[in-house]
Amino acid sequence: MRTYISKRIMYMIIILFAASFLIFCLYALTPGDFITGNIKLTPERKEELREIYGLNKPVIERYVTWMNNAFHGDFGYSLSQQKPVLTLFNQYIWNSFLLAIVSTFLTWLVAVVVGVVAAYKQYSWFDTIVMVALFAAMSIPSFFIGLLLIKLLAVDLKWLPPGGMLTTGSNATGLAYVKEVIHHMILPVMVMTLLGVGSLTRYFRSNMIDVIKQDYIRTARAKGLKERKVLFTHALRNALLPAITLVGFELPALFGGSLIIEKIFNWPGIGQLYMQSFSLRDYPLLMGFTLFIAILTVVGTLVSDILYHVADPRVRL
Amino acid sequence: MNSILDIEHLRTHFKTDDGTVRAVDDVSFQVRQGEIVCIVGESGSGKSITAMSVMGLVEGPAGRVVGGNIRFDGEELLKLSRNELRTIRGNEIAMIFQEPMTSLNPVLKIGEQLMEPLIEHRKLNKKAARKRAIELINEVGISRAEQIADSYPHELSGGMLQRIMIAIAISCGPKLLIADEPTTALDVTIQAQILDMLRKFKEESNMSILLITHDLGVVAEMADYVVVMYAGKVVEEGEVVALFENPKHPYTQGLLKSKPIINQRQEELYSIPGQVPNPLELVPSCYFHERCAHCMEICKTTQPALKEVGNQQKVACWLYEEATANV
Repeated sequence: MRTYISKRIMYMIIILFAASFLIFCLYALTPGDFITGNIKLTPERKEELREIYGLNKPVIERYVTWMNNAFHGDFGYSLSQQKPVLTLFNQYIWNSFLLAIVSTFLTWLVAVVVGVVAAYKQYSWFDTIVMVALFAAMSIPSFFIGLLLIKLLAVDLKWLPPGGMLTTGSNATGLAYVKEVIHHMILPVMVMTLLGVGSLTRYFRSNMIDVIKQDYIRTARAKGLKERKVLFTHALRNALLPAITLVGFELPALFGGSLIIEKIFNWPGIGQLYMQSFSLRDYPLLMGFTLFIAILTVVGTLVSDILYHVADPRVRL
Repeated sequence: MNSILDIEHLRTHFKTDDGTVRAVDDVSFQVRQGEIVCIVGESGSGKSITAMSVMGLVEGPAGRVVGGNIRFDGEELLKLSRNELRTIRGNEIAMIFQEPMTSLNPVLKIGEQLMEPLIEHRKLNKKAARKRAIELINEVGISRAEQIADSYPHELSGGMLQRIMIAIAISCGPKLLIADEPTTALDVTIQAQILDMLRKFKEESNMSILLITHDLGVVAEMADYVVVMYAGKVVEEGEVVALFENPKHPYTQGLLKSKPIINQRQEELYSIPGQVPNPLELVPSCYFHERCAHCMEICKTTQPALKEVGNQQKVACWLYEEATANV
């Protein structure tokens, strides 16, 4: 186990080096930069700025500098915001994380419960209705359902705020602040859950259908165990095992933000910041963010491998 | 001897997209106390489904027991509620299966799986159940019982897992043990050990065994009474010695002839010509007629009934109907 993990961490470092190089080159070699797009600057001033930012140096040299700084905990400086990249992350990422963690939790909860029940009552009325509803939820585009819900619940019924994280001009503190954020979260979380729940429920349903056909479920029933025990002790654990792979992928998703949802609901998350930086070609920020997601992805797969080891006795590391 | 299991006119049907499969079609037989009854037949003859019907484990909604009676120890099983049947299952009627490697839950420890029926039916607490579980592992001839109790199924061999399955089955002292091809997936040497063990437990506790097999060697070794099934029907039944010495039904004769005999190497082993008929295309007839060397006109149109032909042997074949009619 220990040798496995140390070996994996070594691989991780190699992978991340390769990834960082790729990420850097992709952004650095894309034609144009932050300065090119600014029409107010004279060509001489542009050259001057490039000299200051070090953009006229060879790519390899810039990469080495970038990596060197990264090792010292400096992930660059956002040109458009004139702030260190890490400061900006810290400012935006938790807003995205808040939406993601709540909606991921709800998605998994609904998917497991509905998926398991639907599998257990395969081809029943419940199962059929669930399947139709899931397909509907999966086929509706997020911008449409988002706008529709804003129109219905925010504009017409005025139950919920249409967007933002706080009411404009609000200076609520303490519990009032928390309540206000929760109030603003409801709509985006609802849409995110609705969009995610479809495929995950189908995944759990099909896992569960496979498991309840297994011989050991028949054995459990032949032992005269209560149906509840057969389902939860014997079937559910086996049905959840393959989902551990997904847990690893959820890690980057938790911090990655959501471009469309954050845009629709005007949520000050990392997704919006990323979008903005893209149009401004704020490459230091984009590079830092992409590398951050790469790190989370690699860590996520390691976490899921370790979880497998914990949950499935057959897996030897 | 009084009968512990009495099956009468049992019918279990499966609804498929292409029509209804009569997997068990009017099957009747008895298992007496302390007796080993073997059900013999090819794959698809309905022998396993008969066992699953007794256990109340026929997979619905496609499969359903549509008629007949199953009396166990004087109680009508088909009239019991699901919950009442559950208290009998694993307690008074236990079952072991063909594939020990897949019959135990891969993520639960052996000990936990052994403790479950003890906690469920015997109402033992965890500590007492574990103590009993370790005794049971010893009883089925596995040493290092403590260590085995804490292992997972994938760490044990097929033979050991089948012993564990037997330990689970006998844990609550059942009156009837149903063994569905318990040795088919095992090595020959292990097969003999498993069969010996079943016989030992039977003799110690006077339980009855309903043994399902297609292996006539196993039948000769174990059975007191034999029921031969073909396409969902009982075609012949009788005491094992009588049936082996004097098989009446052409199918039974064929089965016995196709069994290789040690020290008699034949050029070619006998096999019954043809195949088991498609269960969806059965018409009123003797279902064996297409493969039968003695096929007559009546065999193609009318089904023979199971009739006693002396010496407690029963057969469903027109050959014997005519013989009695002619007398």
